Amino acid sequence: MLELAGVSAGYGHFTALWDVALRVSAGEAVAVVGPNGAGKTTLLRVISGVIAPRTGTLSFEGAALTGRPAHEIVAHGIAHVPEGRRLFPALTVADNLRMGAFLPAARAHYAESLARVFGLFPVLKDRRAQRAGSLSGGEQQMLAIGRALMSRPKLILLDEPSMGLAPVMVLRLFDLIRLVRAEGYTILVVEQNVRQVLKLVDRAYLLEVGRIKMEGRADELSEQDFVRKAYVGL
Amino acid sequence: MSNLLDLVLNNPLLLAEAALNGLLLGGVLALLALGLNLIFGVLDIVWIVYVDLAMLSMYLIYFTVQVYGWPLLAGAAAGIGLGVLLGIGVHLLIITPILTSPPVNQLLATGGLLFFIQSLATFLWTTDHRSVRLTLPTIEVAGMFVSFARLIAFVLAVVVMVGLYLFLTRTYIGTAIRAVSQDRGAMALMGANPQRIYIVTSAVGGALAGVAAALLIIQYSVHPHFGAAFGPITFMICVLGGLGNMFGAFVASFIMSEIISIGGVVWSTEMGYVIAFALFIVLMFIRPGGIFAKKQ
Repeated sequence: MLELAGVSAGYGHFTALWDVALRVSAGEAVAVVGPNGAGKTTLLRVISGVIAPRTGTLSFEGAALTGRPAHEIVAHGIAHVPEGRRLFPALTVADNLRMGAFLPAARAHYAESLARVFGLFPVLKDRRAQRAGSLSGGEQQMLAIGRALMSRPKLILLDEPSMGLAPVMVLRLFDLIRLVRAEGYTILVVEQNVRQVLKLVDRAYLLEVGRIKMEGRADELSEQDFVRKAYVGL
Repeated sequence: MSNLLDLVLNNPLLLAEAALNGLLLGGVLALLALGLNLIFGVLDIVWIVYVDLAMLSMYLIYFTVQVYGWPLLAGAAAGIGLGVLLGIGVHLLIITPILTSPPVNQLLATGGLLFFIQSLATFLWTTDHRSVRLTLPTIEVAGMFVSFARLIAFVLAVVVMVGLYLFLTRTYIGTAIRAVSQDRGAMALMGANPQRIYIVTSAVGGALAGVAAALLIIQYSVHPHFGAAFGPITFMICVLGGLGNMFGAFVASFIMSEIISIGGVVWSTEMGYVIAFALFIVLMFIRPGGIFAKKQ
């Protein structure tokens, strides 16, 4: 479904990703783990078109997306839930979701998508007239995921969904992501919470200083070993 | 202060008339301030040239109505149309090429355009003051005298602002404009082409300048330094209300117009401006983020 080959990317003189190859098949859940500053967020930004790769190719369902701008990539069915959620804080929950369905194709199915999001996250329905900025951290993350679902994506990119959440909320959030997965969405998730995310995904990549160091099936990878590698960087 | 006290005691009606005129002036100022603020909110750029664009629309209305004999409404429509074109033009020709440059460069670029327009207007149309001669009556409300043109301008300004409010809150693209002003990057992740939103915003901002031009030309004469007269006060209102804060700009317009109007009656018009600008400087020390900014 998604295929990256030889991707390098960076900002200014700084190179954050070196020659990355990554593949996500339809229906899969894949994680990218690694220590802070490994290039995980940059990787998702390249996929969603926020930044263009310097080298390498990016294709999605056979379409070459290398260097396409973010708003075009959404139209191909990739939704990016960015780091820090990036909600529109002064807009209501309902308006945030409405903006998620900005694309004409998504707008045509607005009511149906909204019912689906409210089905997954009933709390958003209760809070729909509230400003997004007034929600709790967990609710904000649900809204960020719900807003992404409104674009009717096939692949969802999740950047550190557990960031800033209380431990009990982190567990709940992972359960909710499981629910989203059960709806048939393909998921590529970037996480620091390695232990939890490995229980969620089928496969995982370990990214270190901008390079893929390991990859494999989540259950095959020795969890202890993986955690140690991800955090200690050995 | 003794002048003010004197007026309150001996001629309260004159003071009330000044307050009413201030209110009416505030409507048109608010229109300009909202237009400037709308563009700032989305693009993070202050179009220093903004009131000069309105000035060009005023010239167009003057020439079509006064020289070519068009009906005022047709002239006004042409002025609004020109405002839209100028808004889009400034965005495409001046802002787009330097969108990723430091903000000060963008400010300087629109400032350069301001001097270009001032000079060009002086060259083409000389420094003559030109006005659309309307025979509108002065009406008396409870002993106060109010120019009918001012009243009309105020009412229309309020109608347009209500329209702007509905556009920004009820339409899809209007909500997207508010969304972009809160997070420029995130809206692209929703599938919105940022450039399209910028163009719509600039067009709406230009249209507001055009409407303001139509409402100003029935009250004031136009000359190449019209922008210099109304530009600073418009910018000041936006800063006072908090740049990008539409509600703040709306309220600040009336605060400033009342100070200018009442100051003008109590002392002199010039003194009204002096007080307004002095208050602005003081408030910038007390509340640098604008009157409605949350305390740091």
